[in-house]
Amino acid sequence: MGKLSTLLFSAALSTAVVAGASAQEQVKIGMLQGFTGPTESLVKPMALGGELAIQEVSDSGLLLGGREVVSVRGDSTCIDAAAATAAADRLVTSDGVHGINGATCSGATTAILNNVVRANGVVMISPSATSPALSSIEDDGYFFRTAPSDARQGQIIAEILDRRGIKTAALTYTNNDYGKGLADAIQAAYEAKGGKITAVAAHEDGKADYSAEIGTLASAGGDVLIVAGYLDQGGKGIIQASLDTGAFETFVLPDGMVGEALTDNFGDMLDGSIGTNPGTDSPGASMLAELASGKGFKGDDPYVPEAYDASAILLLAMQSAGSTDSAVYKDHIMKVANAPGEKIYPGELAKALQILADGGEIDYVGGTALEFIEPGESAGSFRETEIKGGKWETEMYH
Amino acid sequence: MEILNALALFANFVVVPATAYGAQLALGALGVTLIFGILRFANFAHGELMSFGAMITILITWFLQNMGVSIAPFPTALLALPIGVLATISLALVTDRMVFRFYRKQRSNPIVFAIVSVGVMFLIAGIIRIVIGPADQSFADGERFIIGAVQSRKALGLDEGIAIKQSQLITVVVTAIVVAWLFWFLQKTRSGKAMRAYSDDEDLALLSGINPERVVMICWVIAAALAAIAGTLYGLDKTYKPFIFLQILLPIFAATILGGIGQPVGAILGAFIVAFSEVTVTYAFKKFLAYLGPTDWAPEGLVQLLSTDYKFAVSFIILVAVLLIRPTGIIRGKVI
Repeated sequence: MGKLSTLLFSAALSTAVVAGASAQEQVKIGMLQGFTGPTESLVKPMALGGELAIQEVSDSGLLLGGREVVSVRGDSTCIDAAAATAAADRLVTSDGVHGINGATCSGATTAILNNVVRANGVVMISPSATSPALSSIEDDGYFFRTAPSDARQGQIIAEILDRRGIKTAALTYTNNDYGKGLADAIQAAYEAKGGKITAVAAHEDGKADYSAEIGTLASAGGDVLIVAGYLDQGGKGIIQASLDTGAFETFVLPDGMVGEALTDNFGDMLDGSIGTNPGTDSPGASMLAELASGKGFKGDDPYVPEAYDASAILLLAMQSAGSTDSAVYKDHIMKVANAPGEKIYPGELAKALQILADGGEIDYVGGTALEFIEPGESAGSFRETEIKGGKWETEMYH
Repeated sequence: MEILNALALFANFVVVPATAYGAQLALGALGVTLIFGILRFANFAHGELMSFGAMITILITWFLQNMGVSIAPFPTALLALPIGVLATISLALVTDRMVFRFYRKQRSNPIVFAIVSVGVMFLIAGIIRIVIGPADQSFADGERFIIGAVQSRKALGLDEGIAIKQSQLITVVVTAIVVAWLFWFLQKTRSGKAMRAYSDDEDLALLSGINPERVVMICWVIAAALAAIAGTLYGLDKTYKPFIFLQILLPIFAATILGGIGQPVGAILGAFIVAFSEVTVTYAFKKFLAYLGPTDWAPEGLVQLLSTDYKFAVSFIILVAVLLIRPTGIIRGKVI
């Protein structure tokens, strides 16, 4: 009897020691975003948003018995799949991250998913990869995204054009996975609603002159020009060439084109143009904006709430599973993101961790009114904006 | 009216941009052809020389803009251009002194020179990326349009307007002045005649008492000045991006070879043919034909020979065709 109790006692002690050791080991989250390349101006606040959630969880001292959480940055670029894979490989094998918040662009995300995520079995949540192809890609259950698929954005854009009585449109897209996927989605949804796409032309990023592309599109005509591109790259050149030649005056600008840089550059010349990007009027968005305002970045910039939510979901799933092992906590992601449970808004991560630690359930709402649908992506809510007096003004939410 | 609309449309999307682009190519091709005529090698560093000239001009432009100096409604870059030209000339003379002169003394063959120039190209490209970075820079200011699309639509009373940017007009005017000066220089001045003599027969020129080092120096000065002007005008009209200047080498060489290498008139002719081919072949003629055809009729397709993605392929096709059919070019030049 005495022997047994000693044994039990020492077993309990050793468990405590093990738990103590793991409490000191940091939880590392890879912040794998396109810090350089076509999305660099989008990514700066996104990374800060993702790190805000990490900091919040770390400061709470409640994750898995008080483990510290740190962010390890990696540059996924946007268009260089090889560089993205190398950066992801470094994060997983050398830094040993327990989960990845990233990547930014669809092409880079696909490359990382195929080469690193599935090979090493580590959970990756992208805040901004929106290609429809990622919905059907084989991911072994390790890939999620807090951004909705572009197929969804295509439907929203078709509805907006239909509601505004725009019957014909020309369409140009940046020649990559994101642009092609989004363009196909817009065309399919718009034509289903009875609209007419007069011409579809791809444009390459990084050229000095887009007058030839605009010549083609202008020849086909259309009430508006839909520009599925990047505001730092060809998308800007396309708009410049359209305005210079008077080919188009009104533009429809999906998420890659929505940003202050565009209105700073063109001012009120774009008045009347319509933008769509993921966004919500749920209280979460403004709560996040408030949290961010103290940290020197804007919480309502494109994809910042998604980045915050991606980090939060990663860490909450770990807490729910009681493990930082990707193979274990990946099955808890849908559980913490969706009902039933206590609704969790930005800034309430400590409360969520406590509920999970006590064995309760949460329904993470976050900054994007997050609702995960199969196969692990956000159902999405979109913000419709219109440029008025050289400023993006929110029209409504879809 | 319909015919006028069709012509206005064609002018707006083909004639105006192709003319400005042709003028920019012509300045570049003139530099390449001069170097080939005098120094007898294909200078691959010419694109980066253009980029360097534009970069210096941009830096000076920014400085002037900060100082509040302006020559509105003209772009400030015109004021900064002479300094850009001087800097580019210095760079060209330094590279000649430090690199090319060595190979001239060795009497290396043109292939060696061409490969050396590729090395120089990478070196200058590296310097440019260190100084100004790889991103695109905007430095255009002043009035953007001579006449805007909407304005001209009202003035002409047509459905189609012809937009003419100030940068396009400046490009054409500056090119015309520079070309006129160059021809006067080559035909009428002592130095110009010496250059032509040297280009014609090196040994005979030497025997006639022409100083070869002086001819080479003048040649570099002119080529570098042309490059700086071409680069700045291209950047002013479109946008300044360091990566562009590697791509633009192809149409410039196509223009040079098409016109007849070593022939200044040929370079200009070639440049405009290449520019108009690129724009016309990739233009969609749907709306143009719709104006000419019966009312309420439009062609089904876009009536486009080549997708705009293949713009650079046009230069390649011209190059290959010229080399196969008439290797000397339109105006009988040297055969590479």
